[in-house]
Amino acid sequence: MSDLPRAEVDAPAAQPPPVRPSYGRNATRTIGLLCALLVLVLVLAASIAIGARQLTLIEVWNGLVDSGSADYSVVHEMRLPRTLLGAVAGAALGLAGGVMQALTRNPLGDPGILGINAGASAAVVSAIAFLGVSTFPGYVWFAFAGAAVLSVLVYIVGGGRGATPARLALAGTALNAALYSYLNAVQLLDTASLDRMRFWTVGSLASSEMGTVAQLAPFVAIGTLLALALGRPLNALGLGDDAARAIGVNPAWARALGMLAVALLCGAATAACGPIVFVGLAVPHLVRAVTGPDLRWALPYCAVLAPVLFLGADILGRLLARPGEIQVGVMTAILVGPFFVYLVRRRRVARA
Amino acid sequence: MSQPNINVVRVGEWSARFRPRALAVVAGCSLVAVALGVLAIGAGAYPMSPSEVVRALGGAGSAADLVIVHDVRLPRVATALLVGSALALSGAVFQTLTRNPLGSPDILGFTQGATTGAMTVIVVIGAGTAALSVGAVVGGVLTGVLMYALLWPRGLHGYRLVLLGIGVAAILTGVNGYLLTRAEIVDAARAVLWLTGSLAGRGWDDAVPLLVAMVVLVPVVLGCERALRMMEMGDDAALSLGVRVERVRLALLTSAVLLASFAAAAAGPVLFVALTAPHLARRLTRAPGPNLVATLCMGAALLVTADWLAQRAFPGRELPVGVVTGLLGGGYLVWLLIAERRAGRI
Repeated sequence: MSDLPRAEVDAPAAQPPPVRPSYGRNATRTIGLLCALLVLVLVLAASIAIGARQLTLIEVWNGLVDSGSADYSVVHEMRLPRTLLGAVAGAALGLAGGVMQALTRNPLGDPGILGINAGASAAVVSAIAFLGVSTFPGYVWFAFAGAAVLSVLVYIVGGGRGATPARLALAGTALNAALYSYLNAVQLLDTASLDRMRFWTVGSLASSEMGTVAQLAPFVAIGTLLALALGRPLNALGLGDDAARAIGVNPAWARALGMLAVALLCGAATAACGPIVFVGLAVPHLVRAVTGPDLRWALPYCAVLAPVLFLGADILGRLLARPGEIQVGVMTAILVGPFFVYLVRRRRVARA
Repeated sequence: MSQPNINVVRVGEWSARFRPRALAVVAGCSLVAVALGVLAIGAGAYPMSPSEVVRALGGAGSAADLVIVHDVRLPRVATALLVGSALALSGAVFQTLTRNPLGSPDILGFTQGATTGAMTVIVVIGAGTAALSVGAVVGGVLTGVLMYALLWPRGLHGYRLVLLGIGVAAILTGVNGYLLTRAEIVDAARAVLWLTGSLAGRGWDDAVPLLVAMVVLVPVVLGCERALRMMEMGDDAALSLGVRVERVRLALLTSAVLLASFAAAAAGPVLFVALTAPHLARRLTRAPGPNLVATLCMGAALLVTADWLAQRAFPGRELPVGVVTGLLGGGYLVWLLIAERRAGRI
C-alpha cells in the first residue's frame, strides 16, 4: 500500500495516512500483541481470584481444572462466568469502538457516546415490557435491531459523509437523551420490569451466568471475525473513497459491513451487561499509540486490550466498595471519562 | 423610529422601547402558563372546575377546595412555573454568552453537577429538602468552576465547550448512577424519581428556596440584558460601547449557574427546557438577541404544559415531567441538528 496516491483526509486527527509497513515493525507488533495477551491472561486470573474470598493463583488453577477442589464451585459458578462475560463484552465494545472510529473518522467514536448502546437498551426494554420477552436469547435480537437502527440514525443525523466529530457526538447525545427518557417512561409505567432493569441500565456484570456467556459468544465471534476482516478495507476508506475504489474496495459495502459489525458487537455486549460508556473510546486511542494507524494491527490489539480495561474496571469496582461493588458501567465512566475530556482539550477535534 | 417593529413609550423622563411582537409572545406564553396551571390544579383524583379553582385561589370555596388548592396542587404548579422560567433564563444566558445554540446548562453538565450534589446529600447525609438545595447549588457551582478550569485558557467559545460538557456530563451521570446503587432502598426510590426530573409531590418547601433565589437573580440577569446584547457582537465591540465585559460576564455566568442549580434542586434534572425555550422564544418574537423576558415566560409555559402532559398521557399513570421534556426535547435537538446543518451553521 506504500505507493498509493495519498488522498486528502478531512479529519487528520482521526486517521493519519497509513505508514509504510516494515518487517521489523511487524515483528515488534507481534511481540506487543503477545505481551498484551499475557496481560489479558493475568487480568483474567485476577478477576477469578478477587472476590469475597480471596484465592491464590494456585487455588485459581485448581478451582478451574480440579473438580475435587474446594474452590471448584465458587470458581465455576460465580467467578468464571463473570470473568468470561466481562472479557467477551469488553472485546466487543473495544472492537466496536475501533471500527466506529475508523468508519466515521471520528476520534470521539464510542458506542456509548454515539447512542448505539442506548438504542440497544431501548429495544431490549421495549421487548421486556411490551412483548413479555424475558430471556437473553429472546432479547438479544432486539438489541441488535436497536443498535443497527441507531447506528444508521446517528450517521444520518450527524451529517452522513460530511459528519464532523462534534456533529456526531451531538447527534449521539440528542438521541441518547431522548432514548433514556423513553427507557425511564417504560420502566416507570411497568413496575415489574423496573425491578429487573434497574441494575441492568447502570451496566453491570454482577448477575452473569454461564448460559449468557455461551449465548453471547457466537454473536461476538461473528462480529469479531467481520471486524478483523474489515481491517484492510477500512484502511483503504481512510484514504478517501476514490482511493479506496482504485484499489478495489467498494466504499458502500465496506461501510455497510462495518456498521453490521458494530451493531452485532454493541448489541450483544449491551444485551449481556447493559449500556457501557467510554470503553470503546479509550482503547483504540491507546492502541494507535502502539501500533500506528494500520487497522489490520490496531483492531486485534483492541480486541485484546479492551477486555483488560473492562475487567480491570470491574475488579477495581469490586475492590473499592467491599463487601459490595461498584457497577462496572459506573467505573468505566469515572475512570475513562476524564480521558474523553483530555482528548477534547488536547486535540483539535472541536473545530467549528 | 428607524425600525418599524420597535415602539417607544415615554412617561415623563422615562422611556422604554418594546417590540409589539415580543410583547404578544410574552402575553401569549403567560396566558398559556396560567391557563394550564389552572387546568392542572383542577385535575386529579379530586377534580375541580376552572371556576372553582380560580375562586379557591382567591380564598373562597369549601374548606376541602382550599386545602387541595393551596397545600397540594398550587405548590406543584408554582414549582413548575418557577423551574421552567429559571431554566429558560439560564439557558438563554448560556447560549448568548457561548454564542452557541447548544450551550445550555444540561448539555454543559451543570444540571448533572447539581444532581450529583443533591444525590450526595440524599444518599450520604440523608437530609431533607433545605440541605438538598444547598447540595444541588454547591454541585452546580463546583461543576461551573471545573468547566471554567478545563476551558482555560481559551475561553467559552466553540464546540470544545459543548464536547467538554458532554464528557463532564457523562462522567457525572456515572457518579450519579453509583450514588443511586449505594442508596438505602427508601432513599433510592426518592432518588430515582428525583433523577428523572419530577414535580410529583412538590410542596412549598421546594418552591420557596427557588423563589427566593429568583427574586435576587432574575433582576440581576435582566439588568444585564443590554450589556449581554452588546457582548453578542464581541467583547471588543462591547468594551468600546462602555460595557465592563469581565464583570458582566462573571455576574451573568454566576447567576445562570445558580438559576440552573436551584431549579435542579427543586425538580431534579429536567432536561431540554433550557435548550429549547430560548430557541422557541427567538423564533416566535423574530427578534435577535437574548429575548430574556420572552424566554422566561416561554420556559414557564413549556414546563407547565409538559407537566400537564405527563399527568395526562397515560390515564391512571403519572410520568415524571423529565420524561416528557426528554422525549420532546431530544426529538427537537435532532431536528435542530439537521436544520442547523442544512443552514450551514454547524
